[in-house]
Amino acid sequence: MTRPLIAARCGGVSGRMSAVPEPVLQLRAASLRLGQRTLWSGLDLDVRPGEFLAVLGANGSGKTTLLRVLLGLLPLSAGEVLVEGHPARRGSRRIGYIQQHQRVDPRTPLRVKDVVRLGLDGHRWGFGRPRHVPWDLVEQALAAVAAQHLADTPIGLLSGGEQQRTRIAQALVSEPTLLLCDEPLLSLDPSSQGTITALIDARRRQRDTAVLFVTHEINPVLPYVDRVLYLAGGRFRVGSVDEVLNSATLSELYGAPIEVIRSGNRILVAGVPEVHEHTHHPLPPDAVATG
Amino acid sequence: MNARARGANVGPDVWHQIFNFANYGDLLDLVHNSIVAGAVLGILGGLISTFVMMRDLPFAVHGTSELSFAGAAAALLFGADVVVGSLVGSLAAALVIGALGSRARDRNSVIGVLMPFGLGLGVLFLALYKGRAANKFGLLTGQIVAVDTPQLAWLIGVSVVVTIGLAIIWRPLIFASTDPELAAARGVPVAMLSPLFMLLLGLAVAMSVQVIGALLVLSIICTPAAAAMCVTASPRMVPALSVLFGLVSTVGGILLALGSSIPISPYVTTVSFAIYVVCRLVGARRAKRGWVSVKAGRHGLRTSAD
Repeated sequence: MTRPLIAARCGGVSGRMSAVPEPVLQLRAASLRLGQRTLWSGLDLDVRPGEFLAVLGANGSGKTTLLRVLLGLLPLSAGEVLVEGHPARRGSRRIGYIQQHQRVDPRTPLRVKDVVRLGLDGHRWGFGRPRHVPWDLVEQALAAVAAQHLADTPIGLLSGGEQQRTRIAQALVSEPTLLLCDEPLLSLDPSSQGTITALIDARRRQRDTAVLFVTHEINPVLPYVDRVLYLAGGRFRVGSVDEVLNSATLSELYGAPIEVIRSGNRILVAGVPEVHEHTHHPLPPDAVATG
Repeated sequence: MNARARGANVGPDVWHQIFNFANYGDLLDLVHNSIVAGAVLGILGGLISTFVMMRDLPFAVHGTSELSFAGAAAALLFGADVVVGSLVGSLAAALVIGALGSRARDRNSVIGVLMPFGLGLGVLFLALYKGRAANKFGLLTGQIVAVDTPQLAWLIGVSVVVTIGLAIIWRPLIFASTDPELAAARGVPVAMLSPLFMLLLGLAVAMSVQVIGALLVLSIICTPAAAAMCVTASPRMVPALSVLFGLVSTVGGILLALGSSIPISPYVTTVSFAIYVVCRLVGARRAKRGWVSVKAGRHGLRTSAD
């Protein structure tokens, strides 16, 4: 079992808040085993309102599994996880969730506003009385991602970037205090990637929504990241970008020589050993970018 | 229908067989039950086909109907109630498909294996059956004219159950059908909804087999929603149009078929198909112009994606 070298609490939360607010998310000595394999253990982590935490790591390091734990879909093997002071539970309105972009069937009989509405009341039984649908909230959520003009368009006809914007509105419409993003930039073009990250950043600045951003590619989110959680081979590090993303720390974490190169505003990581576990998205064997 | 319809004799005589509106008023009275059955079935099929399309289940519908046919054939052979027989077959198929295949590929292979087996069993039972030949043929291609009052009671009762069931799970089912992972994260019992829906679908299929025949079930439990989805993406308009299309197909088909010596099914399937073709053309035109809603169009906003 590994202890974090850099304690989570000394993270680089920006100095906007004078009084230290209650953390939105707390992990205490959290461990997760799947079968024989320990994904991570002894994980302590506090995430404060408005904080942007990037979760990095190779495929199979347990990034997505961490989100599943926070969503209450998977129990911890040991330790505890608290969201706003309460144990994580399934279906909490306080948590928004954005997945990676998936192809939507062009014939899906939902318009953009219907998709956003599902984020509000899609889990309720019945079909919802037409007059009682909170369309005003849906409209606000769409306005927040500058997509009001798409409201009546069938979701299947949108471009990938527009669909992701819709998913953000869907995740934010229930006013969550914690936003979980699972590779939301994957298979988007660079300009859409920029739009999506900027929208997520704007939200946490305006509304103090904490953001956990799972990604294998740090560069698109580099300007926004407060802290990094790096998972690798059952171990992890938490800290600022500079504290975690350097050759020494990553080499120690992986137990193999890793080269981290900072080139202008970009970070390149070379030499990350390949993981043989099943992967849910392809990555070049010698990952050039971070992760 | 017979030798006269073939070869050189194709002519006015055939048309007379296909369309014959003599004594129409008298006939209407006789088929009162069938029209009610057709209407109920049209509404039920229209409603449930919305989800059949959203969940990509047309093949499952076909597989279920073949097993329902086997059940009905067994009931015929052993002298049991045919409705109960087809319900048993249909529910067994629905449960197996629901339990075994959550992923489309698994599901389709399971159905592909089940379907010929069910059909084969049905053929076996019918071959052993010594009763009226019309009963045999009716199970495969429909016997809507022969709907009697107890059968109608079954049909209405089961339809009410399925409709209420659908109404209860409507919203979470839409959520789970379009984005299962997110729906699960938001607390929708996705794992439970899938077999529950298959159960409702099994009931609907069993009722349809009774009336339209096992081979033609898809024309009322797939085509109406497929047509509706060509012309609208509104989650309220799709089921509404789908019900309308289902109703027009079944009731319209029955009314057209009155007086002819041909089974009712080809009329229903043809009307249903014609509606689909028209919707497809309308949809293609709409897609060409860009899918612009009236409201957005007024503001001059480009809403279709590149």
